[in-house]
Amino acid sequence: MATRVKNGIVKYFKDNIGIIIALLAMCIFLVIYPRTSSTFLTQKNIFNILRQNSTNLFLATGMTMVIILGGIELSVGSVIALSGCVAAICAVNLGLPEWVGFLAALGVGAAVGIFNGFVISMTDIPPFIVTLASMNITKGIALVLTGGAPIRCMTDVFKFPGAGYVFKVVPTPVVLMLIIFVIASLMINRTQLGRHMYAVGGNAQAAKFSGINVKKVKFIIYTYTGLMAGLAGIVTASRLYSGQPTAGDGAEMDAIAAVVVGGTSMSGGSGRIGGTLIGVLIIGVLNNGLNLMGVDSNWQYIVKGMVILLAVYVDWIRSRRR
Amino acid sequence: MVSEYLLEMKGIDKSFPGVKALQKVDLQLKAGEVHALLGENGAGKSTLIKVLGGIYHAEAGEIFIEGQQTVIDGVTAARNAGISIVHQELVLVPYMTVAENIFLGREPGTKLNVKRTQMVKEAQELLDRYEMNIQADTLVEHLTIAQQQMVEIVKAISVNAKILVMDEPTSSISDKEVNFLFNTIRTLTKQGVGIIYISHKMSELEEICDRVTVMRDGQTVGTRVVKETTKDELIALMVGRELTNYYVRDFVKPGEVVLKCEHISDGKMAKDASFELRKGEILGFAGLVGAGRSETMKALFGLTPGSTGDVYVKGKKAEIHSPIDALKYGIALVPESRKTEGLYQVQSVKYNSTIQVLKQFISKLMVNRRKEEEITQKYIDLMRTKTPNQEQTIGNLSGGNQQKVMIGRWLATDPDILILDEPTRGVDVGAKAEIYSIMNDLTKTGVSIIMISSEMPEIINMSDRVYVMNDGRVTGCLDHDTVTQERIMQMAAK
Repeated sequence: MATRVKNGIVKYFKDNIGIIIALLAMCIFLVIYPRTSSTFLTQKNIFNILRQNSTNLFLATGMTMVIILGGIELSVGSVIALSGCVAAICAVNLGLPEWVGFLAALGVGAAVGIFNGFVISMTDIPPFIVTLASMNITKGIALVLTGGAPIRCMTDVFKFPGAGYVFKVVPTPVVLMLIIFVIASLMINRTQLGRHMYAVGGNAQAAKFSGINVKKVKFIIYTYTGLMAGLAGIVTASRLYSGQPTAGDGAEMDAIAAVVVGGTSMSGGSGRIGGTLIGVLIIGVLNNGLNLMGVDSNWQYIVKGMVILLAVYVDWIRSRRR
Repeated sequence: MVSEYLLEMKGIDKSFPGVKALQKVDLQLKAGEVHALLGENGAGKSTLIKVLGGIYHAEAGEIFIEGQQTVIDGVTAARNAGISIVHQELVLVPYMTVAENIFLGREPGTKLNVKRTQMVKEAQELLDRYEMNIQADTLVEHLTIAQQQMVEIVKAISVNAKILVMDEPTSSISDKEVNFLFNTIRTLTKQGVGIIYISHKMSELEEICDRVTVMRDGQTVGTRVVKETTKDELIALMVGRELTNYYVRDFVKPGEVVLKCEHISDGKMAKDASFELRKGEILGFAGLVGAGRSETMKALFGLTPGSTGDVYVKGKKAEIHSPIDALKYGIALVPESRKTEGLYQVQSVKYNSTIQVLKQFISKLMVNRRKEEEITQKYIDLMRTKTPNQEQTIGNLSGGNQQKVMIGRWLATDPDILILDEPTRGVDVGAKAEIYSIMNDLTKTGVSIIMISSEMPEIINMSDRVYVMNDGRVTGCLDHDTVTQERIMQMAAK
């Protein structure tokens, strides 16, 4: 058993060596660089990075599975907005307990996921189109419900998932991040569903011959992804002390970037959740580092774009050599 | 220097990961001759043609055209050298007209102003010249397969090709259309075009071809003048060994009926097929391409929604609506196309071997890796698959070994009834013999096998009984001791 665990760890490093080195290099640079050396490696900053990127990890776990399936999911950003707004509306406008609002938010996420999953598994409409449509619909509903204005909610319970702490030390989103990562890893690596995902994404026709229920697999994964977007919506609204109809703008792109940097192929059938974790951290550390260095936020987009391209290019070179 | 040959290929080498596809292959084509290229599946014919067409790059060897050494480093170079290929799979754009397809990429007029009327007129002239009854302004999707094939040929010769390659041009067309095609070929050869003709059909060779080159295991094993050779000599060259040792089959008395199918229909290709399978027998399914054999089996296996008919497994009526149901009844179907219906190319041998028996080692969020490896190894050993290790990406194995992994995967489900659709397609000769021997062993352990095959020798030598299908129906059943190629053909074509 012990050797198996050891082999597993060795394999993890071997599989992800490129991006692990990239992540370490970035960290070392930020530790050495004079303007960031005093702040980067503090507990406060580390928790800050994790807190800010927890929602991206929730989305990226789902996005990893969706991309392994050979699909794509563009509506997660809009779901963050709608589910956050619904949570705030329940708590503020309807006067319900906060936890009812949170449940409603998860329900919104699941509902959008079920819608996407249903249409994608029952028709041949490409996931890109289906989720592009649901992205717009979801965003529209959020704007209609709120009239375009944020709904503020400052109670301690509402603040707990995004801005609170567990045992007064660890930020709640960091704990959630760990839990979600473990759940997603188990789903992918230790269930039949996980194996089936790779089969459906690798060769859907063959999966049918293998007796795999292709529709069910797609349905479950899009539903899971919607649910994760709902959770990300709660954490985001909680961190902002308000439900905002413009929250989560472009979040789907960050999630896709993390997955792709993490080594999952956009053509489906292959990919690793462990890589996605590092992908999320790379994007997180990059954002944080650029902020600490005082790089203008407009320039940050340009740097981020180039880093994503570079990471994927290096991975492409590596896979070609194999 | 003026060469005797229009085209000469010398010492061509080409390999893929794990396979030597071509080794020192030589081929000479004279102007105005039809030169057959003969060989079993996987002998390297397609690879050689792709080298000639500039799709693959040979690692060694030289190509001479009219005595001039020519470098073919891409599709354009091949076209400029006067080489044109009619592929087996049709590559026309279905939503474009016949004329647009013929002139694709070299439309008359300028880039921004294509002269459509002129294009249609020129295309029509070409079509008429070869007496093809096709309108140049119809959409390709409205043509029959045979007509599309004709358009392919017109397209190929319209670029003033000197060398025309036809890859199994008659595999999907009727006899009447074959005659038509042959007339076209004769017209072309009179104009001095050299034709390389790939076909499995011996009768066509005699009718249309002047010389024949035989390939086996990636090598050329001989060139003969068609009139001076015999069918037996060619087969011996192709197979390279005595056919009698090649097929391993101990015929035993088959047991009770284990599977009975009545009026299987999928509403399209399978129309009304009834048959029964007995314990421990190999039941061959013969017929022409498009006879509905694969479709019947897919319907039986629960892959075609809306299919009808009754299935009885061991005397009891079976309700099969999905492959999951079929597997429960102990039925396994190894599909025809490894690439599109079978394998997960980017995954390992291990993943591909165990995808259908995950239940045996994954439960309650635990994966029993040792069990997973045991199952994989068991079927690697049983199928005598050659792979460096279990983690090897399956796409890197040879066709024969891929096929073995695929058969092994279905055997892992422990089936009583095994349906094999073209089990040796694209498999090298050695692996073929091994697959036959494994099939023979399986029947001894009580497994009953249905084998769809388009290879006559395989059907004739391996089957206890042979059902012949035509137009979605079973048109006859022959016993092992009465089956002959002629009788099968009579039933397949009636």
